[in-house]
Amino acid sequence: MASDPGARMAVELIDIHKEYGPLKANQGISICFAPGYIHGILGENGAGKSTLMKVLAGFTPKTRGLIRIDGSNTEYQTPAEVSRLGIGMLYQEPVDFPVLSVLENFMIGQTRGFWLNRMATQKRFESLCLHLEFSLPPETPVQKLTTGERQQLEIIRLLSLGANVLILDEPTTGISSFQKETLFQALKALAKEGKTLILVSHKLEDIERLCDRVSVLRKGRVTGEMERPFDTETLLKMMFGSVPSPLKPSQTAAGAPLLNMENVSATGDRAGLRGCSVVIREKEVVALAGLEGSGQGVFLRLAAGLKVPTSGAIRLQGEPMAGKDCIAYQNKGVTFLPTSRLEEGLITGLTISEHFALKASHGFRVRWNDAEQQAQARIEQFRIKGKPGMPVESLSGGNQQRLLLSFLPDAPSLLLLEKPTRGLDLESTLWVWEHLYHYREKKTAIVFSSSELEEILMVADRILVFFNGGVIRDIKTAQTDVHDLGRAIAGKA
Amino acid sequence: MSGLEWILLLSGVVSGATPILLATLGETLTEKAGFVNLSLDGTVLLSAMVAFMVAFETQNAILGFLAACLVGALVAAVVVLFSLWLGQSQVAVGFVLTLTTRDLAYFLGNPYTRLHGPQFSTFPIPFLSDIPVLGPIFFHHNWMVYAGLALIGFCWAYIYRTPMGLRLRAVGESPKASFARGDNPAKLQWVYALAGGVLVGAAGAAFSLCVKPGWGRPQGAEGTGWIALALVIFGGWHPVRAAAGAYLFSLLQVLGIYFQGWIPSVPAQVFQVAPFPLMILTLLIIAYARKTATQEAARRRLWMKSFLDFFSGTAPSALGKPYRLESF
Repeated sequence: MASDPGARMAVELIDIHKEYGPLKANQGISICFAPGYIHGILGENGAGKSTLMKVLAGFTPKTRGLIRIDGSNTEYQTPAEVSRLGIGMLYQEPVDFPVLSVLENFMIGQTRGFWLNRMATQKRFESLCLHLEFSLPPETPVQKLTTGERQQLEIIRLLSLGANVLILDEPTTGISSFQKETLFQALKALAKEGKTLILVSHKLEDIERLCDRVSVLRKGRVTGEMERPFDTETLLKMMFGSVPSPLKPSQTAAGAPLLNMENVSATGDRAGLRGCSVVIREKEVVALAGLEGSGQGVFLRLAAGLKVPTSGAIRLQGEPMAGKDCIAYQNKGVTFLPTSRLEEGLITGLTISEHFALKASHGFRVRWNDAEQQAQARIEQFRIKGKPGMPVESLSGGNQQRLLLSFLPDAPSLLLLEKPTRGLDLESTLWVWEHLYHYREKKTAIVFSSSELEEILMVADRILVFFNGGVIRDIKTAQTDVHDLGRAIAGKA
Repeated sequence: MSGLEWILLLSGVVSGATPILLATLGETLTEKAGFVNLSLDGTVLLSAMVAFMVAFETQNAILGFLAACLVGALVAAVVVLFSLWLGQSQVAVGFVLTLTTRDLAYFLGNPYTRLHGPQFSTFPIPFLSDIPVLGPIFFHHNWMVYAGLALIGFCWAYIYRTPMGLRLRAVGESPKASFARGDNPAKLQWVYALAGGVLVGAAGAAFSLCVKPGWGRPQGAEGTGWIALALVIFGGWHPVRAAAGAYLFSLLQVLGIYFQGWIPSVPAQVFQVAPFPLMILTLLIIAYARKTATQEAARRRLWMKSFLDFFSGTAPSALGKPYRLESF
């Protein structure tokens, strides 16, 4: 059955079960998706949203259940079959080819014949871009695009393949608020054209802003459905079973200067860092705001000693750090937590216990019992959903982040966190920050980057706004709001 | 050195490069799909032996050539079988096979050493071979040399200008994404592993039927496979650059022969071995050229940047990592 563009398609999930061995990710989920609507799937981390969507997209086979498309039962095995049916999925982590160009990425999976017809493809690509008001450079390698742009490319590609049902798995994670705006406009336009849109998210505000109706998942089951207008309290109750209490930032006075940057410049990211002069004091919680790649990553890595400045001076606790390596920074109590958990933070293939054994590796013999006990203790303390013998990659994103936090030293002087709550739901985010606040009692300064303005305003004492490699704003949180901050991030300070 | 000598030298470089060129292009094709076949060195020897054996028994060089291609494909098929189907390491299987096939070649080829058999004869291309300088260098060889030259262009066009080539690059970059776009990653990988194997087999035939006719022990083809594997990296997984590397290596080999005549006081072995360390040196320079520090130093120097850009190239991201479907 070939899809024809413009057709209206209804998708029905009936009693879907998905089991990974003993783990029951989906337990009898039934949802009906109607054309012309934006249907939200809301739930905390590990609620089974991604699994359900992978089943629907044909990436993983279901254990039990029925999928009905336009009233007729449909069985499929591969993503290719699903895309021929007219269902397209935008994955949470981009599933594309980073080295290949935008246009090549667009072409793969939809060109036949012997010679590549670049001209015709480019025309179709450009007209689709124009239609959704995206601007993408066709010849640039995809790895040079931001996450938001990669998403836009994927949406265009799916539409070009004739997708009538579009599934978006956590599309607002890791993109700027401006790209989010563009994305939402495009999605609204597509719904108006009669497409069936499914938005998977753990962010209540996204769902509330965009969706017409929402199904809430919790522990692999549907706990409720709601149509616009939404009631936040009820949705939170459906998500968590109870309404999580909001964070109460403790107002403490900042202490002595800890980190001094004087006119520091460095290369890296898209914009590098130019002429940055900043003082971070003890006990401070400082947020780095800005569009992705505006210099926050470079700033954090400079402060961690992982990058060498091209000019300027860095002082830690008054001591000049020129020519010292990251070990010297570590000895001064600087701890850096990077954003890519599996690439830079954890070791894929090792279990939770093995991570603790590695951390405590002294002497000749590995003390497995100690490691296992410690792992068990930390799993309970940090409420990680997992067992000591589980490999770290089998944990969900939120639990990986909790595990990383459990490795932090007891009393660091400076804690550098790159997007510490990326991809976490509200409850986990609150939990992480509650945990981090304890460090202030030990005079620790916390510097973190985030793309969530709400989070920044909620937890930070002070905000540094980055734009195109420079710090254009250094402001106390109490003196700004979402609107003001949004303008500053766009460079209109 | 006279002009004529230079032409002779370069003509020798072009024909001498053919086996390494074929093996390099074959492995480039295989590795572009994300598959590593390390059995090259032994496969070249085995197929060289088989090519000569079949050609000798049938007195038909073409049959010998076809048999060699078949041997190359069969060895590749063994690597495919063990890695893609049985889930074993491509590297380990390749290593073991390279030793097995080498010994097999010497053992089975023993009765055929130092015999005179059929070989491909020179076939000057009409008109083109009459062009001064270029004619004798490029168009006064046997057809395998021409095929090798043509294959460089073909591989480039196939990989970068056809939808099939695009899918080939795609599967090497991300089998998972390739699967999501409707391809079967394992199928693409075995197809290109076998195609690469055919070319490696042809490389063996190019030795025993053209460049170093006949079979002996040592045959003179030892080490070719390893050099080809290095050249794939040298070429940054780009067929044209890898081919340039093959000609560079051939030039170093031919120069060795000339230097022997000019400086007789140096033992002959030095010049025979010299191309190998020189190749390592070249690889080292290229590796340095790709370092970020070098790149940043070159940013303001235009000539240096274009020089470095020529050598830049990254391995297919999924090289050597076969994709397993989520099937639990």
